[in-house]
Amino acid sequence: MLTDDEILSRITDVVRDQLDDDEITLTQATEANNVDGWDSLAHVRIMIAVEEEFGVRFQTSEITSLKNVGGLVALVRSRL
Amino acid sequence: MFVPWHMPWLPDAPEYFRARLKAVPALAEGHGAALAELALHRLNSTQARTFARTLRGLAAAGISLAPLAPFRLAVLSSATFDTIEDALAAAGARHGVALDLTVAEYDQIIQTAFNPDATVFATKPDAVFVHFDHRWLALDRFSADPAGTVDAALDQVAMVLRALAEAPGAQIIMGNVATPPGGLFGSLDQTVAGTRRAQIAAFNHGLRDLAAESGALVLDIAALAEQVGTATWFDPVMWNLYKLPIAPDCVPLFADTVARTIGALRGKARKCLVLDCDNTLWGGVIGDDGIENILIGSGQPEGESFLAVQQLALDLKKRGIILAVCSKNFDETARQPFRDHADMLLRESDIAVFQANWSDKASNLEAIAATLDIGLDSLVFLDDNSAERAQMRAALPMVAVPELPADPAYYPLYLASAGYFEALAYSSEDSARADSYVANAQRAEIKQQSRDLGDYLRALDMTLTAQPFDAQGRARIAQLINKSNQFNLTTRRYSEADVRAVEDETDTFTLQVRLKDKFSDFGMIGVVIARTHPDDSDALDVDSWLMSCRVLGRKVEEAMLQAVVEGARRAGKSRLYARYLPTAKNGMVRTLFDTLGLDLIGEEADGERRYRLDLPSYAAPALPFAER
Repeated sequence: MLTDDEILSRITDVVRDQLDDDEITLTQATEANNVDGWDSLAHVRIMIAVEEEFGVRFQTSEITSLKNVGGLVALVRSRL
Repeated sequence: MFVPWHMPWLPDAPEYFRARLKAVPALAEGHGAALAELALHRLNSTQARTFARTLRGLAAAGISLAPLAPFRLAVLSSATFDTIEDALAAAGARHGVALDLTVAEYDQIIQTAFNPDATVFATKPDAVFVHFDHRWLALDRFSADPAGTVDAALDQVAMVLRALAEAPGAQIIMGNVATPPGGLFGSLDQTVAGTRRAQIAAFNHGLRDLAAESGALVLDIAALAEQVGTATWFDPVMWNLYKLPIAPDCVPLFADTVARTIGALRGKARKCLVLDCDNTLWGGVIGDDGIENILIGSGQPEGESFLAVQQLALDLKKRGIILAVCSKNFDETARQPFRDHADMLLRESDIAVFQANWSDKASNLEAIAATLDIGLDSLVFLDDNSAERAQMRAALPMVAVPELPADPAYYPLYLASAGYFEALAYSSEDSARADSYVANAQRAEIKQQSRDLGDYLRALDMTLTAQPFDAQGRARIAQLINKSNQFNLTTRRYSEADVRAVEDETDTFTLQVRLKDKFSDFGMIGVVIARTHPDDSDALDVDSWLMSCRVLGRKVEEAMLQAVVEGARRAGKSRLYARYLPTAKNGMVRTLFDTLGLDLIGEEADGERRYRLDLPSYAAPALPFAER
């Protein structure tokens, strides 16, 4: 079973690759609009890449109600 | 199980993929080859995006990506295209092209098509990909007036095609429409004209006609989605959230399909299938098990599997793909089943080059390419042995080597789904081509018996015909223009639509040349386009001059010059200008015009060579052709 920190670390890698910025640091509290380049187009790619990374699928309402990276970590954990 | 969207014919991306990709920009040379090799793997969306970014960065820095052919593609899409855009870069490199992509604003197809100043047209794209699905055409619901709905959908596409025709030169590419899963009546959906299924079938039928009239290419997205399974292909969550037209899982396969056609437009489609023998064409090891014990033929499940591989190979040969054999065996042993086994579909006469020996397979593939006079990048190598496959990829990365599963029952699906042999058109010449390679072997025997070249050529009873372009020849002319790499003086690529436009030019001299001999009909093997010289109205200026390498050494070059000279004289010209523009592949014709007796009048630093022929001084040589 992955810990939240491990999930966060893998999400961080995905976001870094998607946004081409290895300096990005994410915490549970990070929101998309605090991260340079994480706009609506990038969001599509990031959500697809996260589903792909963990081999999981989310429901529509789970995605639309996401508030921050912590929510995404919890969502991934709920699927593993 | 065979899962098409997973593209199981591609090997997994290795651990070091990211590091290797990140290291490409720092290479001193060979950027294009390095990218091409990395693109051969199955990539996830993040790897594909990183690949796209790397390729774009190199192109923007003006770094050559040879051997990848540059290709500018403009995309007009009715839906979110971002993830497809990411996947297209690697898909393009996998099929021999370095794509320079520009994507118009989301869901602005019509507005963009009618705006010649749109950013996507600023780069003078080689092709425009118009991407839409049933939702954009209002074919996503039951219609009380199905004929009207389908007509309106076709009119909408026709309008876009007309608008895009104003910006000439670009090849238009569209996809047909996949039918989403689910139905309204049940089985009756196929019969009731107003259902989605029936409307989409009618639309796709109309789209084929529309494309034939306009010269647009149609990708068979309906077939692709059907093979994947439409319930997998369409993803309502992704549509509702992001307006993604297809499931993210299917994006790489979709992009690969687009890239296959673009590769084919650049002459990158493969030409030859090289087959291993033991456990690829039959079950068992012929050298150990003997001809009576190998598994081939009906009545035994494994034998059926290998029979299906042979049937596919034979069908490929019938459509013009050359077959060769590469086996680690004694020559006599490997040939025995082809000669003596009653259940073998493939016979010796189907195989253009038979390489059975104990040398490494890479050397044998080099020999096959050399014998056939085609590039290594024209070969596909089918081998059940994973070690041989890995060795081949390492030694000759330009050879396509599909992964194969443990069960040979799936071999044909793997080979047929990988898109190596994408064709833009099909003509009777294609079907005769593979046999003509086999007939070469018979000609070689005559050659041994002949005293000299002239004697040999006369013994072939060759007939050469040279005519102006016409509608019947158009598809093959465009195919030759786009596929000929080596014997091509200027390597100018023209689409079928361009060729049609050339037919209508009043003062332009065109030539399509056909050849047959007593062994086979080569069909069309030569093309010339020449126009009145812009600065010298007494002169004809050659735009394009190319020939299939299959007919080298038969004096066809001389006959083509003779036909051009006759045409020029008839048009009242007194001089002929021509040039050689060097590429990575056309070194063989660098001095062709010198050999043909033209005068070299200039040579540029970039290797361009310019020539002139004064027609009064030209004397037609005696040539070994029955008629012209």
